[in-house]
Amino acid sequence: MKISFPRMGNSFIAFKMLINSLGHEAIVPPAPSERTLSLGVRYAPEFACIPFKILLGTYLEAIELGTEMIITSGGVGPCRAGYYGVLHQMILNDLGHKVKIMVIEPPLRDIFGFIRNVKTLIKPTRIGWRTFWHHLKTAWEKLVALDDIERISHQVRPYEVNRGETTKVYERVLQMLDEARNIQEITEARVEGERLLRQIPCDYNRPTLKVGIIGEIYVVIEPFANHDLQVTLESMGVETQRAIYLSGYTRDCFVFDSEHDVKKAAAPYLNELIGGHGINSVGETVLYARHGFDGVVQLAPFACIPEIVAKSILPKVSHDLGIPVLTLFIDEQTGKAGIQTRLEAFVDLLWQRRQMMEVRPAI
Amino acid sequence: MKGYLGIDVGSVSTNLVVLDEHDEVITSLYLRTMGQPIKVVQEGLRQIAETLGSAVEIAGAGTTGSARYLTSVMVGADAVKNEITAHAIAASRFVPEARTIIEIGGQDSKIIILRNGVVVDFAMNTVCAAGTGSFLDQQAARLNIPIERFGELAIRSQHPVRIAGRCAVFAESDMIHKQQLGHSLEDIVAGLCDALVRNYLNNVGKGKDILPPVVFQGGVAANVGIKHAFEKALGVEITVPTYYNVMGAVGAALIAKEAVSRTQQTHFKGFAVTEVKYQARSFECKGCANCCEVIQFYQDDRVIARWGDRCGKWEAMVI
Repeated sequence: MKISFPRMGNSFIAFKMLINSLGHEAIVPPAPSERTLSLGVRYAPEFACIPFKILLGTYLEAIELGTEMIITSGGVGPCRAGYYGVLHQMILNDLGHKVKIMVIEPPLRDIFGFIRNVKTLIKPTRIGWRTFWHHLKTAWEKLVALDDIERISHQVRPYEVNRGETTKVYERVLQMLDEARNIQEITEARVEGERLLRQIPCDYNRPTLKVGIIGEIYVVIEPFANHDLQVTLESMGVETQRAIYLSGYTRDCFVFDSEHDVKKAAAPYLNELIGGHGINSVGETVLYARHGFDGVVQLAPFACIPEIVAKSILPKVSHDLGIPVLTLFIDEQTGKAGIQTRLEAFVDLLWQRRQMMEVRPAI
Repeated sequence: MKGYLGIDVGSVSTNLVVLDEHDEVITSLYLRTMGQPIKVVQEGLRQIAETLGSAVEIAGAGTTGSARYLTSVMVGADAVKNEITAHAIAASRFVPEARTIIEIGGQDSKIIILRNGVVVDFAMNTVCAAGTGSFLDQQAARLNIPIERFGELAIRSQHPVRIAGRCAVFAESDMIHKQQLGHSLEDIVAGLCDALVRNYLNNVGKGKDILPPVVFQGGVAANVGIKHAFEKALGVEITVPTYYNVMGAVGAALIAKEAVSRTQQTHFKGFAVTEVKYQARSFECKGCANCCEVIQFYQDDRVIARWGDRCGKWEAMVI
């Protein structure tokens, strides 16, 4: 079967491998572009958020490439994203496409649904559960490696001596990871990739700012949705750290130990699940402040309720902990120039603030 | 005498100022951009050169506004700064104790929060332009009132009508409805001012610590109706600086002055740039899936700058 999936950052490299190794043909959707967005906007309800629109466009482009099934994830908590799979399915059917959308909910919430979905996938290709488990583990390793490599690229880029070099090397490392076929090769590619990235000529004496990026998962992870926010900031000499990577929070090389910490950090301000990443946005801002970051950028799709709730709480967090927060709401009307201007002003603000603190140290 | 040139090219207006060494404004100019920034900047420079004569030598130039990069390449600027920082710097120079800046221009409205002369917070309208100068302009034209008279008409009103001001489209239809009910022009115009201020405070100003002294600048600050509505809503007196409509350009000039004090030389190409033919063209790069739109900027027939690509492949070739 020809299977496709949503595209978010570089995760497609791992998903492609998984689907292929299960004996299906993976259709990698093209990177989201203006065309993807126009397609999505044309057929999506106007008030759906931008992830819905870009995904719909992505699916339509994947269908052009012959996709028969699309695998996507469900949503946890009271956020409308949980219904997006269903709505996408109805819109695609109305347009006359026979494609089937399989929504995989987190296994712990719906274990039977998970088993049923996996069965649908492995039965036609006669793959046993053990082999399935093995392939899943390999794909997971690749996903983790992809995220690790991306994280390193964000550490290196603000310091690079020759502008654009990190991006070039990073592309090459992605290629290497794409070609790795088993856990051993993935590890080798990751080690080699890290070495190549660390070798890039850097000026670590260059003064930089540290900015944390928080918000709704899709607009945070997919560069097309956020107008390449991280690279834009990094080329202004800002080191960025992103709160959300697809491979999750439980990584020891990351400042936060687990999502539990995030929820605990958020508790004094917001002690209730509000869906999406609302609670994370609050908690992560607290943690970034505690870890001495200069500022935080919140990214949210226009009209995203969890992020709106978080946004209205963040001024208090910002005031209490003394960390500036810039909120950017994104929809199809958002222009790159507007984002650029706000980021430049935010970076100016952070520099001024740091200078002031150096002149008058905290009492 | 030495002078510092600041150019602010926004979507609606293009402003130029020249400051002397004591940060006093020697000359200022407010022009309509009319969608042709290159032409208008050249026209502006021509007029500035005429006023200055040979008495003033430009020792530094800075640009700001949405066309800041384009303009900086054209004139050879020493500093390029975003309009938020430029406005903050200008305001805190002329009103040193300012803690809040309200800035409403043609397309954007912003709020800048300062503490001890340092920007600590800011916001800019994002998905709504109902509270900006262009909308007021358009309504004034529709009601056949010269925009200059708009404000004085508003403050004469005794009973402003309530107008739904969240969205420009709805505000207009609500205004039309109120007109058809027979309300006086004064009351409608005053209602519109209140609505814009309400919209500004609820959207741009939401969650911000608005403390006095409040400075009001940008083209809309000329409108006494809006100023009055802000004073009513905030309960504080509002200062409109003398050069309220060219503060972005003033900020750019101040930043340029600081930049050249470090480098000791200016990149300003001189007023001869008014005679040069500039042109911008773009193409879509097919190098990767990003399909960036790369803009090429020509001086006569020579490419002098490129920008717009995400990977730096073209931008790095700036000559």
